[in-house]
Amino acid sequence: MYYGSLFPRDLFAELDRLQRDMQQAFEFFPSIRGLARGGFPAMNVGSTPKSVEIYVFAPGIDPSAIDVQVERGVLTIAGERKAEEIPEQATVHIDERYAGRFRRVVTLPDDADANAIGAKYRDGVLHISVPRKEAAQPRRIAIQ
Amino acid sequence: MTEPTAVTKKTEEAARSEAALLPPVDVIEDAGGITLYADLPGVPKDKLSLQIDADTLTLEGEISLDMPEGMEATHAEVSRPRYRRTFTLSKELDSGKVSAEFNHGVLKLRIPKAEHAQPRRIEVKVA
Repeated sequence: MYYGSLFPRDLFAELDRLQRDMQQAFEFFPSIRGLARGGFPAMNVGSTPKSVEIYVFAPGIDPSAIDVQVERGVLTIAGERKAEEIPEQATVHIDERYAGRFRRVVTLPDDADANAIGAKYRDGVLHISVPRKEAAQPRRIAIQ
Repeated sequence: MTEPTAVTKKTEEAARSEAALLPPVDVIEDAGGITLYADLPGVPKDKLSLQIDADTLTLEGEISLDMPEGMEATHAEVSRPRYRRTFTLSKELDSGKVSAEFNHGVLKLRIPKAEHAQPRRIEVKVA
């Protein structure tokens, strides 16, 4: 199944990949078209010359229960989504929404400023904005 | 270089039949009716639309995210700016009494059963 190098060049990337594979092997992800890739929560990432913008689609979660951590240039988003309470003698016809613990990892670019990361939760989307370090931003050099 | 806002705008203007994401749902039925939960992250309250037309229920929502100017998408799992899903309601449901709550991107719909469809005990008379 896995034909990787015995001496991976980038150990962190390898570990990351391994973790992803493990997660996919052990967790159940409901197969909803378009949202299932990579599991819950779905993520979009964008970049501008000044920042990296990460959008985590995690609806129905208390923002204080989401744990966002940065360590050595790796951003981890973890938390838990509780299942809805099902009244007694009720029948579940469709059960597609994810419930349980989740964890997703993003490797930040080298020029990311880990001390100035901002996070906002609105309409079920966690928006993490990671500014790039001043020195790395493109600058115009004046010719004298 | 493409501008994401321009792309979003173009999609909004396009035909209604355009492909949309299928939001995951939970549907639970009890004696009094049906409760439906749908995940619609990124949809503000004013961009959510619920429609009941005869026996068809349509959920639709447009995603609106704060995007800084000139942002280029580098990785997208939510690849379309809207959600849409349609359900057929059965006759015993009272579509006139649907109630909806929308919180943190989760829609909760309660569709009660019509009174005549509520479970009843039938008395057996002895002739």
